[in-house]
Amino acid sequence: MSTSSIQFDRRSFLKVTATTGGGMMLGLSWAASAAEISEAPFMEAMTFNAFVKISPEGVITIMSPNPECGQNIKTAMPMLVAEELDCDWSKVVVEQAGLDSTKYTRQVAGGSGSTPASWKPLRTAGATARQMLISAAAKRWNVSASECSTSNGVVLHTASGKKATYGELATEAAKMEVPKDVALKAVKDFKIIGQSHKAVDNKKIFTGKQEFGLDFKREGMLIGVVARPPAFGMKIKSVNDSRTKAMPGIKQVIRFGNKVAVLGSSTWEVLKGRERLAIEWEIDTKLESSADHDAKMTELLGKSLEKPQRKDGDALAQFEGAHKIIESKFEAPFLPHAPMEPMNFFADVREDKAELIGPTQNPGSARNAAAQVLGIAPEKVSVMMTRMGGGFGRRLNADFAAEAAEVSKLAKAPVKLMWTREDDMTGGIYRPACHYLYRAALDAQGNVKAIHVRGAGLNVGNPLRENNFPAGAIEHFLAEGHNQQSNITTGPWRAPVHNFLAFAEQSFLDEIAEATGKDPVQLRLDWLAKAEKSPVGNFPYKIDRFRNTIELAAKKANWGKAPAGVFQGFSAYFSFNTYVAQVVEVTLEAGQPKIKRMVCAVDCGVVINPEHAINQIEGGLVDGLGHAMFSNMTFKDGVPEQTNYDSYRVIKMGDTPPVEVYFVENELDPTGLGEPALPPLSAALGNAIFKATGIRLRKQPFSLNGLRNV
Amino acid sequence: MAEFTLKVNGTKYKVEAAADTPLLWILRDHLGLTGSKYGCGIGQCGACTVHVNGESMRSCALPVSAVGKAQVITIEGLSKTGEHPVQQAWHEVDVPQCGYCQAGQIMSAAALLKKNPTPSDADINSAMSGNICRCGTYNRIREAIHVAAKKVKS
Repeated sequence: MSTSSIQFDRRSFLKVTATTGGGMMLGLSWAASAAEISEAPFMEAMTFNAFVKISPEGVITIMSPNPECGQNIKTAMPMLVAEELDCDWSKVVVEQAGLDSTKYTRQVAGGSGSTPASWKPLRTAGATARQMLISAAAKRWNVSASECSTSNGVVLHTASGKKATYGELATEAAKMEVPKDVALKAVKDFKIIGQSHKAVDNKKIFTGKQEFGLDFKREGMLIGVVARPPAFGMKIKSVNDSRTKAMPGIKQVIRFGNKVAVLGSSTWEVLKGRERLAIEWEIDTKLESSADHDAKMTELLGKSLEKPQRKDGDALAQFEGAHKIIESKFEAPFLPHAPMEPMNFFADVREDKAELIGPTQNPGSARNAAAQVLGIAPEKVSVMMTRMGGGFGRRLNADFAAEAAEVSKLAKAPVKLMWTREDDMTGGIYRPACHYLYRAALDAQGNVKAIHVRGAGLNVGNPLRENNFPAGAIEHFLAEGHNQQSNITTGPWRAPVHNFLAFAEQSFLDEIAEATGKDPVQLRLDWLAKAEKSPVGNFPYKIDRFRNTIELAAKKANWGKAPAGVFQGFSAYFSFNTYVAQVVEVTLEAGQPKIKRMVCAVDCGVVINPEHAINQIEGGLVDGLGHAMFSNMTFKDGVPEQTNYDSYRVIKMGDTPPVEVYFVENELDPTGLGEPALPPLSAALGNAIFKATGIRLRKQPFSLNGLRNV
Repeated sequence: MAEFTLKVNGTKYKVEAAADTPLLWILRDHLGLTGSKYGCGIGQCGACTVHVNGESMRSCALPVSAVGKAQVITIEGLSKTGEHPVQQAWHEVDVPQCGYCQAGQIMSAAALLKKNPTPSDADINSAMSGNICRCGTYNRIREAIHVAAKKVKS
């Protein structure tokens, strides 16, 4: 018999004792989730479906199919299953599933989509298993299934007083016919959803036992680093690797494409080995600088587009005869993602198959990219996801996984490829730089007759979300977006496009309110009323939800009633089907703004795990604040000028004000939270700083304007 | 290459490595203690924070040859059962998002509380200024340090 017993202090809530063969006793422990018992030995668990396994001892294993990058989906997804399974959450063990397209759909951490996409399927998986447990009990007791109910992991037959635990029924139940069309609970009946549950991996994280990609190790693997071109637009002219090969611990040096991999037995040795490479680089294409980028975007903002993304009425005609025109230009730089864990991946490529293990937000895309570079079928590539040390969109790309696969193939050995912080910040993928020009045409009474937005971005695709509010409320609305090719590689960055468009749009609405003498909150509410009464064209937002969210933020922040010396800024934004409204408060100390408080109201439908939802929103605001204030990536002749956290400034604890989060309560299907809280923050901040200082900030980061958060 | 004798989490280890190898890579590659994380390699992010003779240090910027006979404590050795007041507080406040920086944050917080058992917000901001959390969990970290301080006191 093996026993694992975990005891905590006097204030502890939970104590877990697991014994093989002898059943399982669970009391309360400080970890109110069963991640605690994950290392206890179990009897063979019975599989109900792709999500649920139950062992005869009563341990319920729930598979979490999506990658975990800090959105705490590994706790939320199993909660959906457990709710409908009607089981005891403290007996749940969560396991991370690998990529398996035969069992799971949309194994992606992106687009704030994990929760909405799993809302019905995962609850259905739980409800299906529950129904099979009921059927097994009914059969055993020779009663009708309709007379049986469940409660907290036990099937009950009230008339006879019979009951059996899920564990006792597991073996029979797993063999029952899989029911179709199971009913799901009403929101009011939820017991697990809507209650806060601690993250299932907390204990491992706090004791250093949680494995991230960089921690993965396999006997016999090589550790690798790669030398990549020092500038976008350069290529290798020649390589002399003799000094590297002579160094201790270096096993192989491999040139592939315009890169050189150095492989060895330890990290420090390969890092030093890479330093000794003598590589001559030469110019391949044009070397671009930030000044070139700014000039190009400025030029594009002066050009109309033959086919605008949106055209309601005739905005240009309104500008011709306007009483007054307001016009502002907003500028955003490139940004690296800078997740705390730099890119890395393990690959073991054999003759006709490949095994990939590592931190990816999109394992399916990693599989396909690896298959392509290896020239084998995707089915021959397996991908297991480790927990990620942050993603922010960087790990939606597959470049680093495919690169590891390519190097493993060439080395004919299992390889863990790691990127240093400098590699990560300079060698990869950025949030596109973007500029926006906003114009509004006013009549003599101060009514806004037309709005015109023109965007220009580098490798951005469409720089607009042209159906954003206030589209729908403005009779004459014109949206034109230019895309400019660049050799600086870009990709999705937390809330793509929205992350800066919201700043331009929501700052400009504040400018309109200022110019027309309207209260910024009332302006938005008036325009929502206009869109409700006489909608112009199509728009994706629901007016009542947007209005409720705006009103909740205004109420909670005491909008318009701030004490003397406290200046408020407002912003409201709809993205990823979630509604967010924010108020930022600043004071002035020696002429510098001090951010006192950030208030956020959110309508994301049903909130699955409140504490984690709040954490996610807090993080979105803090992330938005940091990038608005400090972060900047510039290029000189193709060379990224910021290379590590010393030259690339991110937000720190001392910069972080208190955050308050409030939810609009409703019973609507949940929407995502990974992204929507970030975009509006920088405008709420800029609008508050304008109130405080009279300075309108239109270029990020704000530190370029000499401002710092004191 | 040279041989070094290190005392980590109360255990003596002999390792053979170049003298300039940062302690972080000795811990991770040689001793299999991967709780201390690599984030920047230049002592700017704090993910690699360990205690050296009770002082919080960036193991990525500390050559193994400079460790000498010092007692090194990593996140794995902060407490035997994971019930150090800081670890408990981190759970109560449910601090992490991705979790990658948290070992370093916990080690910095534990070192702070040893020196200053009742830190103010300003004390905490100052002591934690070398630890980056890209997910932005700073308010929870600050709160958890106050919670841990109360536990230490009682």
